[in-house]
Amino acid sequence: MIAYLGRRIVQSVLILLGISIITFALLYLLPADPVRQIAGRSATPATVESIRRQLGLDQPFLVQYGRYLANLLHGDLGRSYIQRSEVSQLIISRLPATLLLMVGAIVCELLIGLTMGLVAAVRRGSRTDNSLMVASFVGVSAPQFVVGLLLLYVFAVRLSWFPIGGYGTFRHLVLPSLTVGIMGAGWYARMMRSSMVDVLHQDYIRTARAKGLGRLKVLLGHALPNAILPIVAMVGIDIGILMGGIVVVESVFGWPGIGQLVWQAIQRVDIPIIMGVTLVSALAIVLGNLLADLIAPFIDPRIKLR
Amino acid sequence: MKKYLVSTVAAAALLFGAATAMAQDVDPNAKQGGEIVITYKDDVATLDPAIGYDWQNWSMIKSLFDGLMDYKPGTTELVPDLAESYEISPDGTTFTFKLRKGVKFHNGREMTAEDVKYSIDRVVNPTTQSPGQGFFASIKGYEEAAAGKADGLSGITVVDPLTIKFELTRPDATFLHVMAINFSHVVPKEEVEKWGADFGKHPVGTGAFKLGEWTLGQRLVFERNADYWHKGLPHLDKITFEIGQEPIVALLRLQKGEIDVPGDGIPPAKFQEVMNDPEQKARVVEGGQLHTGYVTMNVNIPPFDNVKVRQAVNMAINKDRIVQLINNRAVPANQPLPPSMPGYAKDYKGYPYDPAKAKELLAEAGHADGFTTDLYVMNTDPNPRIAQGIQQDLAAIGIKANIQALAQANVIAAGGEKEGAPMIWSGGMAWIADFPDPSNFYGPILGCGGAVPGGWNWSWYCNEDLDKKAAEADSIVDPAKQEERNKMWSDIYVKIMEDAPWAPVFNEQRFTLKSARMGGDDSLYVDPVHIPINYDNVYVKDVQ
Repeated sequence: MIAYLGRRIVQSVLILLGISIITFALLYLLPADPVRQIAGRSATPATVESIRRQLGLDQPFLVQYGRYLANLLHGDLGRSYIQRSEVSQLIISRLPATLLLMVGAIVCELLIGLTMGLVAAVRRGSRTDNSLMVASFVGVSAPQFVVGLLLLYVFAVRLSWFPIGGYGTFRHLVLPSLTVGIMGAGWYARMMRSSMVDVLHQDYIRTARAKGLGRLKVLLGHALPNAILPIVAMVGIDIGILMGGIVVVESVFGWPGIGQLVWQAIQRVDIPIIMGVTLVSALAIVLGNLLADLIAPFIDPRIKLR
Repeated sequence: MKKYLVSTVAAAALLFGAATAMAQDVDPNAKQGGEIVITYKDDVATLDPAIGYDWQNWSMIKSLFDGLMDYKPGTTELVPDLAESYEISPDGTTFTFKLRKGVKFHNGREMTAEDVKYSIDRVVNPTTQSPGQGFFASIKGYEEAAAGKADGLSGITVVDPLTIKFELTRPDATFLHVMAINFSHVVPKEEVEKWGADFGKHPVGTGAFKLGEWTLGQRLVFERNADYWHKGLPHLDKITFEIGQEPIVALLRLQKGEIDVPGDGIPPAKFQEVMNDPEQKARVVEGGQLHTGYVTMNVNIPPFDNVKVRQAVNMAINKDRIVQLINNRAVPANQPLPPSMPGYAKDYKGYPYDPAKAKELLAEAGHADGFTTDLYVMNTDPNPRIAQGIQQDLAAIGIKANIQALAQANVIAAGGEKEGAPMIWSGGMAWIADFPDPSNFYGPILGCGGAVPGGWNWSWYCNEDLDKKAAEADSIVDPAKQEERNKMWSDIYVKIMEDAPWAPVFNEQRFTLKSARMGGDDSLYVDPVHIPINYDNVYVKDVQ
């Protein structure tokens, strides 16, 4: 177990290193010149060169990358070119909002997805089953900015049940969480359905029924726990998928998380922020996967960590 | 020494025997108190006047800080601000400012001439990495200070705590404007040193408002500076800037009465809808903008090295139709300067829309069958649509222009290469004046100085003769000869149009939408130097 953990951590660090090199190289290769972005349109060539030298952007790629990495090891993500403040500070100030949205999204996708899957499995082959599966398909494939705008229009603008974007209260959280969660809910509905169908065919369920337990009791007390466990382990992997959606959804709802931060940074070619948010998200994804793998054997003893 | 210029304020004081000089007039109908909410999509980058250089933080910084000079609200008329009066030597190379007494920074300390000197030295100091460094190039000692070889500018002298003297290397007619731009706003040394690179997040100035709260990515709160030297201003107690709101969401919230001004304006997709609704339209203020949208033609790249081809392009573009493409949010342009800029050549007619004549010119240039070229454009709406309009017009005279729609930074990079981009539509990157003076549309974008790698003169047009004329015009410092100077600038731009390195297309109009409770003159909502609005002078009507 310890050896496994050690190996996985080494792997994770290597993955992060690889991501940092690739991202850094891609941003380095951009035809846009960050120095001119900083210096502005009124700057003289002398000003531009002076800024380039001070930021070390006149150095070769490897020197720049080496310095970035050295700073990174000290927890220093550099300073934003446009905002001129510490990237780490910008990310930390926005991280709580993103985490909150993630928790909200996970709760939404589990609640909606598992319920849909459960009902579909019980009513397998019926019209309910079919329509739920179609709904889950739509949920998986609908673009999130469309879902977001649609929810915003119906529930915030027309019905005024929720505020039109923003951050702060529980009511602000509902629509963005739902938007991010709907996609995951589609996946979970499908997984839950097949997992439940499997379990319902097993002998111990027939035994339980045979000894005279009520249908609902068998379903919720015997079948559900076994069907749900392999699915819950997937939540760790979800973090990666959610990260992608969050960039779009945060922008639509004006949610002050790191997705919105990086979206603005991309538009302004603010390279240190793009770099920082990419690394932080990569870290979250790597940790999520690691967590999912570590939890799995506890949930299902048949899985062995090697 | 003959001192021929007394400031307007001092003159008024003499004439009317007024005891105190007021830089700006205070609206007598204005109500005091209340608060407003303004929304923005993007984070506020920085509030350090030495660094901030985008349209969003530009006017926010103006409310937190003051400079020696400012503009009368809603106009382009220069008036003294932190300066009480000024004198210019007859040769136009020495400017002496007398500072207002008793002006305090938000931290309570009194502002002195030392602070003015410190603030400008700081912008020129290369370690500050200020985008405004070059504006101070006419001050003595600039070269050494900008290269980091000298500690401050030798041309700035603190005569006494309330008097400061600037010596220039050449007469500079734009110097008073330079004293009004944000880069010369006055900052307190102790606060800059305390916060270091984070001063932009903890701004302390002498302005009408002080920063109350800044929650990154969410909101900024400006609070009224009760000790503001300009009695009676600002009118509002508080301004809340809510950040991260898409323009379309901001519009919906305005309609629900939750906010007062959507800072990013009316979203293009909703523009018609708003303008067709009489109730909403009544709350829209329209005004000119110191902006010109143009197509540059790179004179280094054949066939645009031929003036006839460039003139043909000017005649081929149907500007009225392009203005329609953007819902009439602009007026057609025929010269580089926008109409609200002093020096605009009112009588100049420009090139008419005449495809037949354009074809003739092409034939004369030896391109009777047309040619193929590239039109670079920034990839956000409405620019690709405008480029398509231009593409169609050019196709009508036989020019096949392939549209290269790229991210802003990439278009700017291509324009800054000697043979990078044959044609560029300037939308989204167009020149908006730093200050309302005709010279501001020349140097970097049409003069030889801008035609360098990484420069903004994307047509790479360089006419040494005009450069000389420009220098001559800018050496006319005497305000009495302002008209003569403006005329010289008009002539320069008309001359440029003969060579046609640009096809000017339109001047964007500004449309500010506000809530019904907002009060104050309309000009405050389309103030030429405060975008979107003049925060110091507006007020709300629903307070006591």
